[in-house]
Amino acid sequence: MNWITNYVRPRINSIFSRREIPENLWTKCDECGTMLFHRELSDNLNVCTNCSHHMAITPRARFHALFDAGVFTEVQVPEPIPDPLHFRDQKRYPDRVKAAQKATGEKDAMLVAEGEIGRTPIVAAAQDFSFMGGSMGMYVGNAIIAAAERAVERGRPLILFSAAGGARMQEGILSLMQMPRTTVAVQMLKEAGLPYIVVLTHPTTGGVTASYAMLGDVHIAEPNALIGFAGARVIEQTIREKLPDGFQRAEYLLEHGMLDRVTNRNDLREELVTITRMLMGLPPAVSGDLPAPDPDQTDQAEAADSK
Amino acid sequence: MTHYLDFERPLAEIEGKAEELRAMARTNEEMDIEQEAAALDRKASDILKDLYKALTPWRKCQVARHPDRPHCKDYIEALFTEYTPLAGDRSFGDDHAVMGGLARFNDRPVVVIGHEKGNDTQSRIARNFGMARPEGYRKAIRLMDMADRFGLPVVSLVDTPGAYPGKGAEERGQSEAIARSTEKCLQISVPLVSVIIGEGGSGGAVAFATGDRLAMLEHSVYSVISPEGCASILWKDAEKMREAAEALRLTAQDLIKLGVADRVIPEPLGGAHRDSDAAITSVGSMIETLLTELSGLSGEDLVAQRRRKFLTMGARGLAA
Ligand SMILES: [Zn+2]
Repeated sequence: MNWITNYVRPRINSIFSRREIPENLWTKCDECGTMLFHRELSDNLNVCTNCSHHMAITPRARFHALFDAGVFTEVQVPEPIPDPLHFRDQKRYPDRVKAAQKATGEKDAMLVAEGEIGRTPIVAAAQDFSFMGGSMGMYVGNAIIAAAERAVERGRPLILFSAAGGARMQEGILSLMQMPRTTVAVQMLKEAGLPYIVVLTHPTTGGVTASYAMLGDVHIAEPNALIGFAGARVIEQTIREKLPDGFQRAEYLLEHGMLDRVTNRNDLREELVTITRMLMGLPPAVSGDLPAPDPDQTDQAEAADSK
Repeated sequence: MTHYLDFERPLAEIEGKAEELRAMARTNEEMDIEQEAAALDRKASDILKDLYKALTPWRKCQVARHPDRPHCKDYIEALFTEYTPLAGDRSFGDDHAVMGGLARFNDRPVVVIGHEKGNDTQSRIARNFGMARPEGYRKAIRLMDMADRFGLPVVSLVDTPGAYPGKGAEERGQSEAIARSTEKCLQISVPLVSVIIGEGGSGGAVAFATGDRLAMLEHSVYSVISPEGCASILWKDAEKMREAAEALRLTAQDLIKLGVADRVIPEPLGGAHRDSDAAITSVGSMIETLLTELSGLSGEDLVAQRRRKFLTMGARGLAA
């Protein structure tokens, strides 16, 4: 029995659940219709306990579950200048950003953190689909560059969880330029001989897929995640035929050689520990009961709950 | 037959009248129309100047997509000698939307790659309207790799509405192919000069345009999404493409301000299609200038500068 799983995680999750959905005690699974009690759902990392449908999870909740004892330190992301194009559609771009910041409590669509998983030091970055569709603009590019730089500086692997509808149109060409910018970040890791593992989550499409999300040493996807370059509707309009069932889903991509693995969210952490430790030439992770984390090792790490 | 764009209608009328008049005079020798025809010509030229002195971003998109605009093949034929096309991705097939091979540019051996849209129905279909599939990007990767190993500069000519949205393209890894091509652009230790000669459509363009220097023809565009696509998503109305084109800042002139493009190549009055030879010559002298600028740099310096260029890009927005 692992004390982290059995004690710390439920405790942290219960803190979360209270904070995130104070009034909605029940969530209906969009896949099977089962009513799930919020605590049960968050304990299961937003995976339906009946049908294993993977619902969205925020980067913060993911990091709480990923890092040992839910402890991680956020890596600061250099903030880009706001609204570089003075973009305005039906709304002003800064107003859209402000609304997303208010709704999510986050600065932008990517969170970067460092800490340990299974006592393995890593840097992690997670994209937030709930923040303007996870769209990739200057901030997301800066976040990935900051993550790669930190990983290189500390000699740690980078694990990146992707989730995006594509580029941030309101940043125009500068959002497109995040494709080469993030590619440079990936090259820094490769040249430093550090593992870069991509976990593709639902959905990962457009320019994000056509850059950092497809350049990993290892590609793992969550079950049934939609992953692709062009949207299914655009493809159907172009080729004038119906696409097969499961098209652009994780299992389909696995079959077509684009992914290494499709892994249930609840098994991800262990798998990431196993893979990163082998790639880093470390001995197998200690399984079974673990002593409490050594406070000396985590003293610089602020408890994420204090945010 | 001249192909007129919708905003060129007043021009079409006057040029049409002058044409008609001259045709009538050819069948009826007693008619003296030269004075009248010359007046119409002057009027047409005034209209042309007026229309093109400040094209709106949407009109630039239209000019960039003009069917008579010189395309990749025209540039390669006119500017390069000993062009030797090299085909295939060594894995699945050869993509005719992407041209590429060895050639000499002003005598120096180079690798040239580019998107080709075709210029009539048959060639447009064969070229898939310049929309590459994974094989096209993988062919480009192979050629860039070869250029790197043999120390040849790479010239890329960008002209694509975007990567092909197809079933097979997705199954064979369109995303991965584009990502690897962009990665290859950033890795090679030889000069990479890119010119956007028409449309720089999203990721499909990035895959070739991530170079040391990016030049754009005066009325070419480079954008994250087509104005129509952007309008249908953000305005929920594809007809708002004029507004979207405006907001996206996709013109060569705006991309200079944003620090994304390095040079603008002037086009003949009325766009490159009105005088292809002049447009092609200007592109040629820009390529020569840029290759010369880069010729003294070591492979290491080239890669380091290229990376720095992209890492610092966009930091100052429109003020860059
Ligand atoms: Zn369910």
